[in-house]
Amino acid sequence: MTKSYDVVMVGGGHNGLICATYLAKAGRRVLVLEANEQLGGGAATREFHPGFSVSACAQWMYSLNPTIAKDLNLASHGLQYAAKNLHSIALAKDAKHVTITGEGGVEGVSAQDKAAYREFRRKMGKFSKLLDKLFTVRPPKVIENNWTDRINLLKIGLGVKLLGKADMYELLRLGLINMFDVMEETFDDELLKSLISFDGVLGAHMGPRSPGTVYGYLYRHMGDVYGFNGPALVKGGMGSVGVALANAATAAGVEIRSAARVKSIDLTAERASGVTLENGESISATLVVSNADPKTTFNNLVGRRNLETNTVRRVKNFRTKASAAKLHLALDGLPEFTGLSAGQVGNRLVIAPDMHHIERAFNCAKYGEFSTAPVLDISIATVHDKGLAPEGKHVLSAIVQFAPGQLKAGWTEATKNAFKELAINTIADYAPGIKELIIASELLTPADLEGEYNMTDGHWHHGDISLDQVVMMRPFPGSEQYGTPVDGLYLCGAGAHPGGNVMGLAGKNAANEIIKRGGSA
Amino acid sequence: MKKYDAIVIGAGHNGLTNAAYLAKAGLDVLVLEMNSYIGGATVSRELHKDWKYTNCSYVCGLLRPEINRDLELPRHGLQVVPYGGGVTFMENGDYYGNFSDHNRQHREMARHSVRDANAYERYGADVTKQTRLIRKFLLRTPPDPASWKMSDIKEMMVLAKTVMDMKTDVNFGDTLKYWTKSVGDFLDEYFESDIIKAHLGGTGIIGTALGVYSPGTAYVLLHHYMGDVDGTAGAWGFTRGGMGAVANALASSFKSFGGEIRTDAKVKQIMVRNGKTTGVALEDGTEFYADIVVSNLEAKRTFLGIMDEKDLPEYVIERAKNFKSRGSSGKVNIALDGLPTFPALPKGTPLMAGDFHFTDSLTRMEKAYDDWKDGNFSRDPYVDTLIPTLTDPTMAPPGKHMMTCFVQYCPPKIQGREWTDADRDAFGQTVIDQVANYSPDFKDLILHAEVRTPREIEAEIGLTEGNIFQGELTFDQLFSNRPFPGYGQYRGPVKGMYMCGSSTHPGGGVMAAPGANAAREILIDLKRNNTVPEGYADD
Repeated sequence: MTKSYDVVMVGGGHNGLICATYLAKAGRRVLVLEANEQLGGGAATREFHPGFSVSACAQWMYSLNPTIAKDLNLASHGLQYAAKNLHSIALAKDAKHVTITGEGGVEGVSAQDKAAYREFRRKMGKFSKLLDKLFTVRPPKVIENNWTDRINLLKIGLGVKLLGKADMYELLRLGLINMFDVMEETFDDELLKSLISFDGVLGAHMGPRSPGTVYGYLYRHMGDVYGFNGPALVKGGMGSVGVALANAATAAGVEIRSAARVKSIDLTAERASGVTLENGESISATLVVSNADPKTTFNNLVGRRNLETNTVRRVKNFRTKASAAKLHLALDGLPEFTGLSAGQVGNRLVIAPDMHHIERAFNCAKYGEFSTAPVLDISIATVHDKGLAPEGKHVLSAIVQFAPGQLKAGWTEATKNAFKELAINTIADYAPGIKELIIASELLTPADLEGEYNMTDGHWHHGDISLDQVVMMRPFPGSEQYGTPVDGLYLCGAGAHPGGNVMGLAGKNAANEIIKRGGSA
Repeated sequence: MKKYDAIVIGAGHNGLTNAAYLAKAGLDVLVLEMNSYIGGATVSRELHKDWKYTNCSYVCGLLRPEINRDLELPRHGLQVVPYGGGVTFMENGDYYGNFSDHNRQHREMARHSVRDANAYERYGADVTKQTRLIRKFLLRTPPDPASWKMSDIKEMMVLAKTVMDMKTDVNFGDTLKYWTKSVGDFLDEYFESDIIKAHLGGTGIIGTALGVYSPGTAYVLLHHYMGDVDGTAGAWGFTRGGMGAVANALASSFKSFGGEIRTDAKVKQIMVRNGKTTGVALEDGTEFYADIVVSNLEAKRTFLGIMDEKDLPEYVIERAKNFKSRGSSGKVNIALDGLPTFPALPKGTPLMAGDFHFTDSLTRMEKAYDDWKDGNFSRDPYVDTLIPTLTDPTMAPPGKHMMTCFVQYCPPKIQGREWTDADRDAFGQTVIDQVANYSPDFKDLILHAEVRTPREIEAEIGLTEGNIFQGELTFDQLFSNRPFPGYGQYRGPVKGMYMCGSSTHPGGGVMAAPGANAAREILIDLKRNNTVPEGYADD
């Protein structure tokens, strides 16, 4: 037994660091324990080939909450952007690409679709603003007699009312449905429909026809409220977010230990009282906060035998069906994409020819197979950030969907290579010379991401963002307000409301809740 | 022409229910039906001599008992005979049987999985809790959440209070989870055995253009558990004489209050003058007048078919155009020379009286949906088959049997083009082949068959794109949103015009609640005594 802390944080992902910093600022003695050498969790820079680095898990920054960036002074702690407000370009084989610009317009479609897009964005922007009201507070419990929750609910209810009749009806209609139907009734251009609907299914185990994908779209576009008009690239890769957050945390007085893997969360008289590390060291604390995903937290760290049956069941039923793999290519030069200028290649490139194509790609994942014709979200960060590769060389990083974490055939070298080939061939359809440029390549399946970044099933969001696992249902009733059925144990990761995406709000909200409860849970 | 107090367009079960309540309240009501027979999809017709099929809807369970009692339907000839049992055949030659006897049911489940047999108690209790909550709102008019009207705010409070009252019962977070998750995920939470999940999961997709793993389908399952027969919650039964008996009893009740029905009267247009309805014009030029016109047609047909665009706000036209009513089901009715044998089943089993399914895993069900998404009928469809003649012998000549097969999935168009007769026959054959896989003598017993794809359903009954619920049961089209936001209270955009079909809350199934609810709103507008039952009588 070494010295005691007010709070011990399990995991130094972005939410863990943010939560720890807010707690330290409120005067708590906080220790952060991170299993890996690098801090930041899924916000990681990875040197996958000597001299070549990519953002390994999350590749774009598009929704970091600005209040957090300001409170934690992240700019002065080293967070810089290599590029902001990038375009999203849906690639077409005939080079008639469709572009959603960083200015919020759309190019390459009819005047009618352009106008429809403006109206669509206006509406969605209003809904995202409303969602922000919900994201920045703890999820209200509906039934309990709690004034904080009631006031929060009333504020949100009032926000809904203030949308005005027409937009309110739209919210009620669209809020819970699928992208496919909304796209069909709004736009004509197949590629535009596909590009927009792709945002609703990115990182999700869902196809455009799955109800709830409009929520996924709104979720992904929270950045529009937070000052991002399209994706941004962090200088030095997403790992720089971890570095800046760690600096901010240290400056606030947080103690950080990396390469310190927690083996268990310890209980004394049924209350979390500290943790034990893999190396056998025990650390005691008044509170334990877990940045780890709910399944890891409850099943591996607390242990099922310490939980009530009902909680065990709820943990089991929390779905973590990750379906996104990452492809990394080290390139000898800048690849040429048909119909794109060298300047345009640095934008977000999307390969998703039409909505049916995305849906069929998803069909495979439903049956535990990887997509035979995958859809991709591509970033060539070196266009904006030369430091990620040697002079004149480039790195390409792509999210490839769908690749289920639990592949029926198992993720072996053979299945991995087969999927990697598929992904590279798909890119080569649009960038014919790219194969000759490849110096090195790697594919990280969800199983690899799980191993590298300690997330169950390699799920970015620690658990599906589907309608039955959001807000007061995240991760499940009984743990929805960051406190858990285990006294003294809190959740602050993407498995808690409002979820992942390097937004930081789960960490901030959890800190608020802990401070509000005055340290006793 | 004589002027009526109200005209109801369409003699489906909801139109008749609506008309019956209006007539009961003393109104002079005329019902107009385009076909030469009444009932819409609630119908029994003799298309082949001596064979009276229950052609479309085929079992009764959702019909609100309050309405049944209130309109004295049993006195008007409605007899619902509950049936038990049911079976899902497995590809490996085994089967899973669903017994009405509790202990036997437990033993049968345990034969497949002891864990599942134990989980079933919890499952049953949870489903019942959720349906209880929904049932309270079936015979209530949904509030308009955007309105500041006193009545809407009051109804929102009722809703809030009901939720709050659940405090000791279930956590509201859990309720929200049920409403938003997929039936596949829902069942995965309780059961481990594929066959048990498959047997239970079918009700989550019936009539729905969604798969078992599409979020929202758990609600569809609940929707099918909301009924009761003789006070047994969740039970289903056969109506003696087929589903047409429901329509006939409603019609008889309606006529006993002085109502009038005209068949072969196809409405061409709802007439509007100065923003008010004045009556309807038939295709043959006849006009009927009334200050109140109620449409039992689904939303698309109502607004885009029998109303003039110039009488409607742009919003209504836009919403009607985008109203989702894609058909996803087909129906095959088969006349049999005798009772087919199913060698997998023990002799003399009571299971034969219930539903037969041939899909033994959720994966097969989901794949059936993938075909629909691609614009094809399912190559390996989910079929809900019954032999009603085992319970009600009057449905076929002596010694013969009829079989009804409800089929999921069947698209409104084949890969974007219209159905052909050859497509329809291929569809029918797929279903017959599936049954024949489990019954070697089945094919030889077939005398004739009626095959209905969404094309036939639309042509015969007038359900756009053959959607059996008059519009899909997705979140954007439920409760206050049904048929569209701002019009969830049965009133149309023109004064005196109302909607009473399954396009309105609480949606499809032979429930009769939309018709009753619409009647209540009309009587309120007329400042008449509200004689329509409200809320939930039992529990």
